[in-house]
Amino acid sequence: MTRTSRVTRAMTLALAPFAVAGIASAEDSSDPIVIPIHNWSSQIVMSHAIGQIFEGMGNSVEYVSTDSQAVYEAIRLGDAALEVEVWEGAFGASFNAALEKGGIHEAGNHNAITREDWWYPLWTKEACPGLPDWEALNACAAVFATPETGEKGRFLGGPVDWLKHDAEKVEALEMNFTVVNAGSAAALWAELAAAEKDKTPIVIFNWTPNFAEAVWPGEFVDFPKWEAGCDTDPTVGPHPDRTYDCGNPADGYLKIAAWDGMPEKWPAAYAVLQKVSFTNPQIAEMAKLVDVDGMEPEDAATAWLEANEAVWKPWVE
Amino acid sequence: MSLAERIPLARTGTGPRVALILLGTALLLVIGRNLLPAGLMRPPEGLILPFADWINAVFAFLRDDLGLMQVTRAFAAMLEWLLDVTANLLYGKNRWPRIGPLPWSVVAISMAALGWALGGWRLAALSGGTFVWIAVMGQWQWAMETLSVIVVAAPFSILLGLVVGIAAWRWTWAARAMNPILNIAQSLPHFAYMIPVVVFIGVGPKAGAIVTIIFSVPPMIRMTELGLRKVPEEVVEAGRMGGATPWQLLRSVRLPTARTEILIGVNQVIMQCLAMVVLASFIGMPGLGQKLLQLLQALKIGLSVEIGITIVLIAVVLDRLSKAWAMRQPVHHDEGRTWVRRHPVLVVWALAVVAAFVLAQAVPLLAEVPRRQALSIAGPLDALVDGFIRLVDPVTTWLRWFLITWLLIPLRDGMLWLPFSAVLLALAAAGWAIGGLRSALVMLGFFGLIALSGWWDRAMITVYMVGFSVLIAAMIGFPLGIWATRSDARARRVLLLCDTAQTFPSFIYLIPVVMLFGVNDVAVVAAVVTFAAVPLIRYTIEGLRGVPAELVEAAQMSGATRQQMLWHVRLPFALPVMMVGVNQSVMFSLFMVIIAAFIGTQDLGQELQRALSATDVGKGMVLGLAVAFMGLAVDHLVKRLTERRRAEGMPG
Repeated sequence: MTRTSRVTRAMTLALAPFAVAGIASAEDSSDPIVIPIHNWSSQIVMSHAIGQIFEGMGNSVEYVSTDSQAVYEAIRLGDAALEVEVWEGAFGASFNAALEKGGIHEAGNHNAITREDWWYPLWTKEACPGLPDWEALNACAAVFATPETGEKGRFLGGPVDWLKHDAEKVEALEMNFTVVNAGSAAALWAELAAAEKDKTPIVIFNWTPNFAEAVWPGEFVDFPKWEAGCDTDPTVGPHPDRTYDCGNPADGYLKIAAWDGMPEKWPAAYAVLQKVSFTNPQIAEMAKLVDVDGMEPEDAATAWLEANEAVWKPWVE
Repeated sequence: MSLAERIPLARTGTGPRVALILLGTALLLVIGRNLLPAGLMRPPEGLILPFADWINAVFAFLRDDLGLMQVTRAFAAMLEWLLDVTANLLYGKNRWPRIGPLPWSVVAISMAALGWALGGWRLAALSGGTFVWIAVMGQWQWAMETLSVIVVAAPFSILLGLVVGIAAWRWTWAARAMNPILNIAQSLPHFAYMIPVVVFIGVGPKAGAIVTIIFSVPPMIRMTELGLRKVPEEVVEAGRMGGATPWQLLRSVRLPTARTEILIGVNQVIMQCLAMVVLASFIGMPGLGQKLLQLLQALKIGLSVEIGITIVLIAVVLDRLSKAWAMRQPVHHDEGRTWVRRHPVLVVWALAVVAAFVLAQAVPLLAEVPRRQALSIAGPLDALVDGFIRLVDPVTTWLRWFLITWLLIPLRDGMLWLPFSAVLLALAAAGWAIGGLRSALVMLGFFGLIALSGWWDRAMITVYMVGFSVLIAAMIGFPLGIWATRSDARARRVLLLCDTAQTFPSFIYLIPVVMLFGVNDVAVVAAVVTFAAVPLIRYTIEGLRGVPAELVEAAQMSGATRQQMLWHVRLPFALPVMMVGVNQSVMFSLFMVIIAAFIGTQDLGQELQRALSATDVGKGMVLGLAVAFMGLAVDHLVKRLTERRRAEGMPG
């Protein structure tokens, strides 16, 4: 998953006049159900899978590509009907902000956990055998040194607008690392792929479920366990006087969001949506069909639905 | 003109002296840095103006109080209707008129026929072949999504450019108002104006169409105005004597006479539209650009390059078609020939299209090539990139270490170490040396505003990266350009390469440079240099080719060696054109440095990226304008330099 969150919360305002009020009726409206897609494969495949289930029920479906942060405003205004992957770490803030304004609600929760934190590919363990412990990582910081970080180790973080508090974490835990922010997820993967060629040790920001797991096996770094308030309350965590002295939550949610007008406008489709729930392996499989096997997202969705009828048929009945 | 006269003589007057005094003061400030008050090191807090808040207030007023949004929304709705029509025809989106999608074979045949009609069989092969490539590579759907937007945006842009261009030609005040707006529009980074578009239009194909129009219209306006101004008075007089009304004069006399310039404008519009394909997908334009970003996100370089090739091919085809149309002279037929004899292409095209429609019913592969059956050259391409990276790895590792440790970090620290007052004075000195008081004030104005915006440090990082990149690009571009002009064939080949490098989506460069150098300034510089060297090479070639043959002959007769010829005859003569190349190179670098934020930078581009994801119109505009001002400052200096040379009787 990535959030090249380029665009725009302001589209909200822009789209307001076009928000359509739901029409109460027992049957699903013939208007297309608009499903937003973003720029990472599991989300696109899952959107198509759910869309194809809807189409199988006689609904018409349209896909629009939108920004992954701005989408919550679009849903709130009825411009898009639902969002199939709401990540706690990445989109929790945008989702909650939209929830407060009204017009959007949680329609379901996947039986999956999400996690985002410092991560390394397995070959790194050879150079730093004490991993995944964070103190062991800190002890071999020199292994991760680069020309631009000098003697300190380099941690390659995500883009600054993902608002991860890596630098604060380094400071709070007194780590011998410098945070370098990549400008996009693609830059992270490019570094990882280059490191793989000569098995250079590397520690980067990563998340799960994600296609990278299938391509580069690896592990998350074990930081002091996350406790609620670790980011705001200095007393929480190992250091009594510091914030961010802990890892990120290891079991974030993955929810489904829907427009408030959806239950009225497409009651049958909405009833199905409420039952939808995918697991981590299922999501990884969807991503793999595209990222590793090279299928097109819509074909991957069809193939996945064919192979996993036992999973989704009960939702429709 | 003898060679001696070409050597610039020392100018009399106060110009150089004032410039020296300014420069000296700047040096003093640098030397006495440790003694300086904080207010001369960095702009003091109190002086920093909240430009972003002001701009946001203006936008809020426009949007909420003036209700401008209703207007833009209505306009966008109309545009969307048009986009739906083309989307239905080209890739079968479920909208009125619900006839599409046209089979790919029909489109390919039509394009080939168009090529034939405009430029003979070569153009037919190029044009038809491109669309066959698109279909066979399984990119039909994406390419049609892209084209469905371009076929609406490009004509719109041409029409708008024509109307505004005529207005600017007709009324001096319009031209005066238009000129600075166009200057800024052409140097503002794309991301800066994408934010307000999202506010006023929303996201999706319509937003993509609008940013494409905004980006592509300035050259059309400029060329229309230029063309109309160049119409000889005698031609107009002849028209007037024939009793033409002002409207008739414009429509039947002036516009046709200005045809060449207007058509260059049309050609530019098409090129700019294709340059926007990838960037516009950030705000929802579907098609090739969006697919390209998705593929890069999953590190599929081979497949991305395939899309890049398609974008280049489409650009080349549209470029050649529009140029051929521009060159075409009206054909006068003999009276006696039948309609069929007079329009052979039309007849063949109609027959072939009917045949293709029928065949497509029988052979589905002629209607659509599914992705699974499509060809792909991604495998070998990936292997090629991979092999190349492994091959040069020892060199790049060393280069990365060397550049970072010995050049880039010291340079960057040096730029940040300088007191801002010293930088401003040095810039004013440069302005004074080149264009006197006015230029000094212009430089102070542009960079002073950047200082007042509160983004000084980040702006200096941008300046350092652009400066260093242009320097490296010049070290590559000038010798390459000189080498290329040794023979005509070689020059043509290099120019073709330049065209390709310019239309090839720059996002694709970003990934290999990260693989080669890692996430750091070396990767950024490498990506920028690849892009910034193009105009330097191009204009060096154009400049050297423009040297009059008599001049070269005269020098030969007086016994000049090849070296002397180059340094004393050809290069001085080509210099003005080469300076245009430098100017362009700076512009290209500024654009690319902003895009290089996707590698990971700490300059204005990174903040612009943040502003875009937070939809902060004000911040985005301030950052964008800071970048634009840098470009405009360089543009001003280069122009003044050329003007001065001309005033002194130099060629150019």
